[in-house]
Amino acid sequence: MPHVLLIEDDTSVRDGMELVLRRHGHEVDAVGTGEAGLELLSRPRAGGIEIAVVDLMLPGIDGFEVCRRIRGRGQLPIIMLTSRGDDLDVVSGLEAGADDYVVKPITGRVLEARIRAALRRAGPVARTDTDDFAGLVIDRAGLSVTKHGTPVPLPPTELRLLLELSAAPGRVFSREQLLTSVWEHDFLGDSRLVDAAVGRLRAKLEDLPAKPRYIQTVRGFGYRFGPV
Amino acid sequence: MRTRTRSRGKPAAAAAAGSAARFRPRLPRLDGLRGRLVITVVVVALISAVTATGLAYQESRDAVLKRAQSAAVEDFRNRVDRLAAELDVPTDPRTMARFASDVSSGLRGSLVVAQYRDYTASSDPSADRTRITPELRAAVRTQSRISLQRVQHGGKPWLVLGAPVGLDSAGPRGSAGRLSGVEVFAVVSLAEEARDTADLVRSVQSGLVPVLLLSAVLALLAARTVLRPVRRLARATRRLATGELTIRVEEKGRDELAELAHTFNETAGALEHSVGELRAQEALARRFVADVSHELRTPLAAMTMVSSVLEEDADQLTPDAAHAARTVSAETARLARLVDDLIEISRFDARAVALTVHEVDLAEAVRGTLAARGWTDRVEADLPPGIRARLDRRRLDVIVANLVGNALRHGAPPVTVTVRAADGQLTLAVADHGPGLAPEAAPHVFDRFYKADSARTRSEGSGLGMAIALENARLHGGTIELAPPAPDVGAVFVLRLPHRTESAS
Repeated sequence: MPHVLLIEDDTSVRDGMELVLRRHGHEVDAVGTGEAGLELLSRPRAGGIEIAVVDLMLPGIDGFEVCRRIRGRGQLPIIMLTSRGDDLDVVSGLEAGADDYVVKPITGRVLEARIRAALRRAGPVARTDTDDFAGLVIDRAGLSVTKHGTPVPLPPTELRLLLELSAAPGRVFSREQLLTSVWEHDFLGDSRLVDAAVGRLRAKLEDLPAKPRYIQTVRGFGYRFGPV
Repeated sequence: MRTRTRSRGKPAAAAAAGSAARFRPRLPRLDGLRGRLVITVVVVALISAVTATGLAYQESRDAVLKRAQSAAVEDFRNRVDRLAAELDVPTDPRTMARFASDVSSGLRGSLVVAQYRDYTASSDPSADRTRITPELRAAVRTQSRISLQRVQHGGKPWLVLGAPVGLDSAGPRGSAGRLSGVEVFAVVSLAEEARDTADLVRSVQSGLVPVLLLSAVLALLAARTVLRPVRRLARATRRLATGELTIRVEEKGRDELAELAHTFNETAGALEHSVGELRAQEALARRFVADVSHELRTPLAAMTMVSSVLEEDADQLTPDAAHAARTVSAETARLARLVDDLIEISRFDARAVALTVHEVDLAEAVRGTLAARGWTDRVEADLPPGIRARLDRRRLDVIVANLVGNALRHGAPPVTVTVRAADGQLTLAVADHGPGLAPEAAPHVFDRFYKADSARTRSEGSGLGMAIALENARLHGGTIELAPPAPDVGAVFVLRLPHRTESAS
């Protein structure tokens, strides 16, 4: 069963979540600080960890910074756990690279469902072909993206979003459609998840993120891949 | 060159138009302070001018007439006295006629009438003799002195003199001595004097208009000096009323207006102070609610986690323990929801909310809300396709969920949701078929923690749902209203939002 890294400073919450996750069959590493969590990830045997659940408000380095540092080194799915839920926090968390966020308090069932959804997104996508869009090469079998020969490392959600969009170049996807197909959320998920992920993808793929070529905005509807 | 002039002319014209719009030329209103002041001053000026010139006119007219009169009397007397000596009584008509014309020729051609018993001679036989009134004749008959009377005849003033002619010129002055029985009358024109006084009136009249104009101008100037501080005060009051509590006015001089300005400043200062205090207290209270809510979140997060474990295992517990576990779980969920709503409300109170607007298909959005909460089978939805609007979908979901949830909880089925777009407005009506709201409950339905059904003080909701829905509607520039009671339907809540689309925005 999936191995979860839980970074949460409040003991009771940490214990409660650990209890719930273990009951759902997860292996859990629960730590109280971002430093401890990052240290755990950098250990050689940390390859077992498949997903991180990170609280935003932490002593020492905060959840945003933890998220950025995890993103800096790999593609581990991250669920951000926030007790604030203010728009600004949510947006900042998503822009820092979180795949999802949940607002406390949250029931065990919902947390479990979110973890499963995030892991599913990180899993392989069953399409086998390679597309070349003016230098941007998407290998659907090897799940890799290169631009003019240079690999572009993408975290699972962004990769999945790119695969979804590029599967039908020219087709317009609404935010709701993308939420359902990429995030597997019902519509109560926030369309800002989509906007934030698109923003991060553009930053990595586009030559001029302000004038995107690959992922274009269709005002009033959503997003479209190309035409390049 | 042309472009330069144009580019220079345009802003100036625009500025002029702007200032014209701001300082609309206002005509002095008659019921305004300025109008009243001007009218009062002009009326006072009019009364004093008319009174003064009236009195002066009277005096000068009297003086002119008296002088003319005494001159005429003097002439008449001298003439008559001189000619009386040549008169013999009894006399004959020829002598009398000559006497009359002699007297007349000495009196600037006035009409002279001489009368002896039944015979009358006139210097101008064709002239009208009715100017000599019976009263004057009577007066001449009874008095030995010269009698005189002013008469109006043919629109002109005349002085009529009459005297009995004495035989004895050596008699005492003013008396005719021994009477001859001849009575002589002279009708002297006063037209010249009348013209003089008329000239006087005319010059007074023509002087009156400039005086009144001048007084009006002076009144306007006076009004300005009085009204300028008043207007400044009025402006300051208006700005104070709009919440600009730091506004103060200049306290100049030591008059009543300065005192008023001082009082105004004191009032504004006191107001600013107490409003500041109130705001600080309010901010503290809000912060407290927000802080408490946030602090509650962490223990609630732990409790929610753990109680879900308890609930899952409830089947394996003894009935009492299972009941306890389920109760704890349910109450924790309620508490969590209440805290969520409190945080949401405190965000609205702190104005820390923003819209995340996207173009949304309304039918799809409402269907999504119903589906996400498992209400699709319990609610009849009338959702025309193709209505798109720029909305915050999450907040729309909160509104619809609260309205429908409220109808399901407190009303009776069937619950219907109807969406319409017309005249730039979106309306979403949620109706149930329950008994509707009691009239005394209707005004409070959007109040926080208001429970329409007092018997059910612990209902599922937090008591904040409708208040949050209304805040969300307002954030979109819309409203939620309770429709007036109608037969065959229960409570009907109508959400109205401005219909903004991509192209319109």
